[in-house]
Amino acid sequence: MTTSLLRGAAGLGTLLLSVALAITIGPADIGVTDVWSVVAGHLGGDAHGLTPIRDGIVWNLRLPRTLLAAVCGAGLAVCGAVMQSLLRNPLADPFVLGVSSGASTGAVAVVVLGVGGGALSVSGGAFAGAVCSFAAMLLLSHTLGGTTDRVVLSGVAAMQLFSALTSFIVVTSADAETTRGVLFWLLGSLGGAGWNDVWICSAVLVLALAVCLGHAGTLDAFAFGQDTASTLGVDTTRARLVLLCATALLTAALVAAAGAIGFVGLVLPHAARALVGPGHRRLLPAAALGGAVFLVWIDTVARTVIEPQEVPVGVMTSLVGVPAFVLVLYRTRRSRR
Amino acid sequence: MTLAADRVSRAADGRLILDGVGICPPPGAVTGLLGPNGSGKSTLLRVLCGVLAPASGVVTLDGRPLADLRRRDVARRVAVVEQQADTLVELTVADVVRLGRTPHRRAWAPLSGADERAVHDALERTGLADRADRTWHTLSGGERQRAQIARALAQEPRELLLDEPTNHLDLQHQHDLLHLVRELGVTSVVALHDLNLAAMYCDHVVVLRQGRVVVAGTPGEVLTEALIADVYGVRAAVTDPDADGRPHIRVLGTLTRERAAPAR
Repeated sequence: MTTSLLRGAAGLGTLLLSVALAITIGPADIGVTDVWSVVAGHLGGDAHGLTPIRDGIVWNLRLPRTLLAAVCGAGLAVCGAVMQSLLRNPLADPFVLGVSSGASTGAVAVVVLGVGGGALSVSGGAFAGAVCSFAAMLLLSHTLGGTTDRVVLSGVAAMQLFSALTSFIVVTSADAETTRGVLFWLLGSLGGAGWNDVWICSAVLVLALAVCLGHAGTLDAFAFGQDTASTLGVDTTRARLVLLCATALLTAALVAAAGAIGFVGLVLPHAARALVGPGHRRLLPAAALGGAVFLVWIDTVARTVIEPQEVPVGVMTSLVGVPAFVLVLYRTRRSRR
Repeated sequence: MTLAADRVSRAADGRLILDGVGICPPPGAVTGLLGPNGSGKSTLLRVLCGVLAPASGVVTLDGRPLADLRRRDVARRVAVVEQQADTLVELTVADVVRLGRTPHRRAWAPLSGADERAVHDALERTGLADRADRTWHTLSGGERQRAQIARALAQEPRELLLDEPTNHLDLQHQHDLLHLVRELGVTSVVALHDLNLAAMYCDHVVVLRQGRVVVAGTPGEVLTEALIADVYGVRAAVTDPDADGRPHIRVLGTLTRERAAPAR
């Protein structure tokens, strides 16, 4: 118990340090102490004596962006971990259930087609799209019998349908300029992060994480399938509905804020399992911390590697993440022998 | 009177799988559930533990209908060992056994002293204490079944349901496992294919055919040459070498083949 508390504290410390360090990296030269004094100043402390421009870089650009990266990384990793256990499929992640594709379709409908007549923001459209595709997936899987493999298949069907819709809208209606903007968003980008996004996503993350942690024992019980879970006293239909809704809501909020960032939800849960084992009481916090630290650093690389250009963070997650993942798998394979 | 089914029916794809089945396993004894493939053994076990709801009839636990009880409360009383449980998750034997504490634990609560004791006890009773840290994927078929039984014991059940637990086990492990079930002293219902295993380890047997109970009673009363010919379609010689009511069955051949063969 004490060792897991220590590990948790170490993980949290790593996250805080990562956020603080990541903010200092970039074209404008800013140190950790500057970051600290800006944050303290805004939280009602003493005036910090930095120029308004430097203050703005920290408080309005880098801090919300880094925090959103942490929240997105944590949220996607938790969603992936929960979906993989619930659906007993190591490939399940927020994308497989079609939630991300639906969000993309919603966003593209707003940007390209002008759906909502300006009353609907890109985020609002993405959120509506995510909810639509999730509802379509649930309806389809219910019609098909509601077993876990049907849920996965329905998710794949929804994903294909909404990806096709997105491409259709872009190809038929968008000009070159808009296409470029849309594409950037589709690949996932934290460039437009503001404090609003941070607050909304954090609130949803805390809520969803609390629901999932409250169901940690239930998720463990799904290891031998739905029937065994049921004989262990789990109301499987209700548990699956509650957990799928919580993760879908979280995914919708994250995709609405930062676009479809791939890889994190699929792979970070596996890395977390290799570190702390399969028990969800530890796995979920570990996946959240790991995902947060991972995405903070990936985004830092994405925005600095070819300055002043920016690589979409979704592209960078895979470019950096895949070799790292292969390394983790390779090492655990050897240690198991 | 513990767990009982009364006139239970259940259909799948328009075919009756269970057709008015009633069983009342004697408390503390081992009840064998016999019958050819498709006779409804597995479905009856799934209805008995509440995973499937009967279309008509009722399953009761201490006289109360299962449908009126919360799943968690049922799981604290009735544990189930499936035919062949498997997982992709990298669990250790101890992890698997700890799953048995699921119905006893509240959300957010860490493993209590009572939980630890139940897990330790279950590992001891199944002889797996020295293998608690082995991972599931390194276990043999017999060890996996024993781990599942340990998991079921950690639930501290008063009723234990096992669906063909000896499938895929070698001879020694088949006998080890049923011996273990007998020694547990909880009310057990075991679906079995092997009539000699049933005769050796069951106190009471129920024979099913096409979703109906053909006959129920002690192995000595039930397992006769006539019944075996009727239900299984095989010719058998039944003897009682120790005269202890535990018959020995020697299968001589199928009836259909003999009918088809020309008379000499």
